Amino acid sequence: MDIPYIVEERADTGLNNVKLGIWLFLASEVMLFGALFSSYVLLRLMAVEWPFGVDVLNVPLGTFNTAVLIGSSVTMVMAYASLKMDDFGRFRMWLAATIGLSLLFMVVKGFEYNHEFDIGNFPWTSTYLAIYFTMTGLHALHIIGGVVVNTYLLFPGSKMWTTNKAQFTNRVEAAGLYWHFVDLVWIFLFPVLYLL
Amino acid sequence: MSEDVQAHIKTYMKVGGALAVLTALTVIVSYIDFWGVPFAVFVALVIAATKGSLVVSFFMHLIEEKKMILATLVLTVFFFIVLIFLPLLGHADRHGEYYTLPNANAPTAAPAAGH
Repeated sequence: MDIPYIVEERADTGLNNVKLGIWLFLASEVMLFGALFSSYVLLRLMAVEWPFGVDVLNVPLGTFNTAVLIGSSVTMVMAYASLKMDDFGRFRMWLAATIGLSLLFMVVKGFEYNHEFDIGNFPWTSTYLAIYFTMTGLHALHIIGGVVVNTYLLFPGSKMWTTNKAQFTNRVEAAGLYWHFVDLVWIFLFPVLYLL
Repeated sequence: MSEDVQAHIKTYMKVGGALAVLTALTVIVSYIDFWGVPFAVFVALVIAATKGSLVVSFFMHLIEEKKMILATLVLTVFFFIVLIFLPLLGHADRHGEYYTLPNANAPTAAPAAGH
């Protein structure tokens, strides 16, 4: 049995179910990260002292990673635009660049974590470090999830381009919406944890 | 269709550039001592919100999205604001009295490299 409305729009919502589904998922993600940001506010307000992120973390590396993630958002939206222009070769190039930048982000994050562990900064060292590792760790898991989905779309999943272009383009659009959300979360995580 | 996408691509590049500039601005203003931490938090969040709006509006195409999605997001934003302000209500209840959690003020081991 075919799943209905994966390409064509429903009359009641004016959307296909892929689009509505991914936005509802992202709404739930807003609440997931929102709970953590709310916890951060609570912990910071209730603490007598709170370290400045600048004194604990490596701001140049954090800034570099922010630029990397913004770059990956640009390449992701370019991958989607390439499919819209019926240019599958460029789509693969841009999506591969997105995956490359995602992995670069993870490598830099790995260096940052490694340095913190080397100097004895662990999640149980202080409340600041606990919320730092929790929020950036959850964000890193989202990056890994995005890499898995994008790698699928780049290699085995891309066969769909030859059989159903519209459905494949919808899949890439949904993956892109998720990826931009991951970027959006980092846009707030960076100043909150590194600079304030 | 193709010309339409080409116009979008120009927008994506401009937005990408604006995001890079705003990231640099975030870092620069964080080193300037304005009028204390509350103002610094305000400035940082205004810049982050501007960057977030650019990502959502143009990369996620929200400015040309259907009403159904906008309605879903309005509801999400409402509950997000409730979530963020809940701790402030708790804080107001205990005005003038610190309620610290265990280990809240443990010092960090050493400054990061490069500082």
